[in-house]
Amino acid sequence: MTTIDAKIPKGPLAEKWKEYKAHQKLVNPSNKRRLDIIVVGTGLAGASAAASLGEMGFNVLNFCIQDSPRRAHSIAAQGGINAAKNYPNDGDSVYRLFYDTIKGGDYRAREANVYRLAEVSNSIIDQCVAQGVPFAREYGGLLDNRSFGGAQVSRTFYAKGQTGQQLLLGAYSALSRQIKKGSVKMYSRYEMLDVVIIEGRARGIIARNLVTGKIERFFAHAVVIGTGGYGNAFFLSTNAMASNGSVAVQVYKKGAYFANPCYAQIHPTCIPVHGEFQSKLTLMSESLRNDGRIWVPKKKEDAEAIRAGKLKPTQIKEDDRDYYLERRYPAFGNLVPRDVASRAAKERCDAGFGVNATGLAVYLDFSEAINRLGKDVVAAKYGNLFQMYEKIVDENPYETPMMIYPAIHYTMGGIWVDYELQTSIPGLFAIGEANFSDHGANRLGASALMQGLADGYFVLPYTIQNYLADQIRVPRLSTDAPEFVAAEKEVNDKVKKLMSVQGKRSVDSIHKELGHVMWECVGMGRTKETLEKALARIKEIRKEFWSNVYIPGDGSLMNNELEKALRVADFIEIGNLMALDGLNREESCGGHFREEYQTEEGEALRKDDKFSYASCWKYAGEESDPELIKEVLDYEFIVRQQRNYKS
Amino acid sequence: MEKSINITLKVWRQKDAKAKGAFETYKLDGISTDTSFLEMLDILNEKLITERKEPIAFDHDCREGICGMCSLYINGHPHGPDEDVTTCQLHMRKFKDGETITVEPWRLAAFPVIKDLMVNRNAYDQIIQAGGYVSINTGGVPDANAIAIPKPIADEAMDAAACIGCGACAAACKNGSAMLFVSAKVSQLALLPQGKIEAAARAKAMVAKMDELGFGNCTNTRACEAECPKSISISHIARLNREFLCAKIKD
Ligand SMILES: Cc1cc2nc3c(=O)[nH]c(=O)nc-3n(C[C@H](O)[C@H](O)[C@H](O)COP(=O)(O)OP(=O)(O)OC[C@H]3O[C@@H](n4cnc5c(N)ncnc54)[C@H](O)[C@@H]3O)c2cc1C
Ligand code: SF4
Ligand code: FES
Repeated sequence: MTTIDAKIPKGPLAEKWKEYKAHQKLVNPSNKRRLDIIVVGTGLAGASAAASLGEMGFNVLNFCIQDSPRRAHSIAAQGGINAAKNYPNDGDSVYRLFYDTIKGGDYRAREANVYRLAEVSNSIIDQCVAQGVPFAREYGGLLDNRSFGGAQVSRTFYAKGQTGQQLLLGAYSALSRQIKKGSVKMYSRYEMLDVVIIEGRARGIIARNLVTGKIERFFAHAVVIGTGGYGNAFFLSTNAMASNGSVAVQVYKKGAYFANPCYAQIHPTCIPVHGEFQSKLTLMSESLRNDGRIWVPKKKEDAEAIRAGKLKPTQIKEDDRDYYLERRYPAFGNLVPRDVASRAAKERCDAGFGVNATGLAVYLDFSEAINRLGKDVVAAKYGNLFQMYEKIVDENPYETPMMIYPAIHYTMGGIWVDYELQTSIPGLFAIGEANFSDHGANRLGASALMQGLADGYFVLPYTIQNYLADQIRVPRLSTDAPEFVAAEKEVNDKVKKLMSVQGKRSVDSIHKELGHVMWECVGMGRTKETLEKALARIKEIRKEFWSNVYIPGDGSLMNNELEKALRVADFIEIGNLMALDGLNREESCGGHFREEYQTEEGEALRKDDKFSYASCWKYAGEESDPELIKEVLDYEFIVRQQRNYKS
Repeated sequence: MEKSINITLKVWRQKDAKAKGAFETYKLDGISTDTSFLEMLDILNEKLITERKEPIAFDHDCREGICGMCSLYINGHPHGPDEDVTTCQLHMRKFKDGETITVEPWRLAAFPVIKDLMVNRNAYDQIIQAGGYVSINTGGVPDANAIAIPKPIADEAMDAAACIGCGACAAACKNGSAMLFVSAKVSQLALLPQGKIEAAARAKAMVAKMDELGFGNCTNTRACEAECPKSISISHIARLNREFLCAKIKD
């Protein structure tokens, strides 16, 4: 049996990171120049890591799919970023941020990692302000905060509804400075297709130049993966179109563990699905729940009339509205965590109270806030989101409530990493949404940006040195090494195989089919039956894909359909892992809701005695199921409870 | 209200950077007006694929108006006829039944076509690399609340920072000038105390890079401002000019 060592430093919680840094190995400046690091991804995690490593003097190669590093998916984050600054003086602290994050994750994250995250959160805000990130300010000139779900303090920093954009542009500017200096070499419109392992260590990557179609080899002393989450396995999600899980699958097949694949976050406030042609779902930021109130009609007749287009929401009297979150969770109200809010919406819609023609929507209503604060104040806070909504739905949210419904948004699962953010392959690191580390079974709002930047600015640049200090004598290896040649051949063979299928189905049509299965069977509510059905259906989809997909054009030139096909091939593997993991986890926790395991009130029922571990899946070849390795989660410092957002 | 329309598309097709390129005409029937423009192109591509033809290459990613990846000249307007939106946020309800819609790439020497509707906007990255940052390293910076910044100044910096780097400004300009893009970054950083220190040098370096890359001069036609999906104001160009002058005087 394989055992697992997360390399958590000994000692009291608050001392672990300090102790680690005090004793870790470092690389001296002249040696840094001789060490190459590949960073894949230019989102918050990748860009901040590449820039910081470049500043330190390492020789960095940075890759992204988009035409510019500035366009990584992180750019779309709207609401904000958490930090334990306690500027509003409302009782926040590093410990409270740590505690809220652990509790929000339904006690399925590592204490030591989460504490470190809370600890470095404040430095992130300092760093971003120094870069010129224009966070929202109060009239006194100091920084403003707002509230997000799962917290009773205001600790979220924001830049209108464009926080991700501003943070990413900050990291991108730091990255651009290093590109100019020559310490970072940027490879835009490149897609990593495999990792190269030499003598058990990650030593480079194989990547496809998306413009020329050429497959190329790159060496480095260490490889860092910051390629984001795999939510697009569901086809429709709030992720950007190119967001994918392929690198996670590539490294999994080379021996890195894939941890907790079934933990996916369904975000409660997205614009509902409107038709078969739809290509993605648009998020309406959680920050809207600061002032928006969520409701459905109290009476089924009203809901039916609304669905039939005979009644307008504004015609429903106050007494006939069911503000179900405020009713069920008086202490947190509309600001319960996402998993709780999403399930509550599904529960109401399943019970027949949903609105919109489809019955799959609830209202997010700003009339009370507009009356209380005035339209101008509401517009200043949320104007761009309201505009976005209006452009898509063609309704004015200042006048009629928004319609929203849950959608897949974020994946907590990902590549397993230890305390140093190193995967189970030496020399291979994973940061940001791509790893599994800090959010347990559910991520709190505004914590992904925090984690991505914590990893990239303040954690990885330290921990990677502990590894690289032993590598200073390793020369730059030639990419003619047999391992590079073999890895490139494998990639080429895969491309050829895909191009030669010449079947009847477009890549998108198969991706959509997979997405339907995922949403129906591995979505908000899962059971043994649905998960088994998913496994069977995914098997069929895999077969259909590899025997009936059609990719037009030439595989050795620019080819967008081929790019999509390579990603969909991996989404199929991820879908399979998600279902397998969900089936194994016979409990409900956070985003993983097994309908068989719920309390009488319909809340998630954890089984700490049996499932207090991270599920780490180890690849065992095409034909067999992967091996499950358990990283036991010891709660040394806090006592686990049933999550309670009622009182 | 949702309805459906029939349209004719004239789309620029160009095999690669070196090929000559030409318009091709396609007919699409029964397009729901709730479809976004890019979803309409998805539908067309799906149709081309079933006919075993090569789909149209175009850039896109977030599909919610923030990444700046989508482009397209639609009926003579960068990002199409709707106001303050990117192409990905444009919906078919802005078009009439029976309409012919012309779709072209950005046309600009500094943004060469890669394939069909895709162009290379690397020049914008190079302009930022020339100086679009505050020269600080990670760590060792003061507390975020150490410097108070008046809210109106912070808000104006935020308005400038909203630029998504899409390139519509240069594409809209008859001179092919990138001034709106450059000024948005210069202005954002010049407004804030953190960026003020390097403001003049930054303006000079970024403008020099812009000239070097073959962008034209600004003659105040205001076409950029009119077409910018993020309503970046040309008042930033005035601030850029001031910083630029400062740099020149210091020389
Ligand atoms: C609409 C939306 C709103 C959000 N709002 C918030 C918020 O308010 N607060 C919050 O904390 N979180 C928010 N999140 C979550 C957060 O934005 C993401 O989790 C986070 O930005 C992920 O950052 P990342 O750096 O890990 O990856 P990403 O930003 O996804 O970047 C991935 C990078 O990897 C590259 N890449 C991927 N695959 C390859 C490959 N094979 N080869 C080469 N390059 C590759 C991509 O090109 C890209 O550069 C939001 C998410 C969405 C979808
Ligand atoms: S200034 Fe406007 S048009 Fe120009 S790149 Fe920025 S957002 Fe696009
Ligand atoms: S696709 Fe991102 S702005 Fe249009």
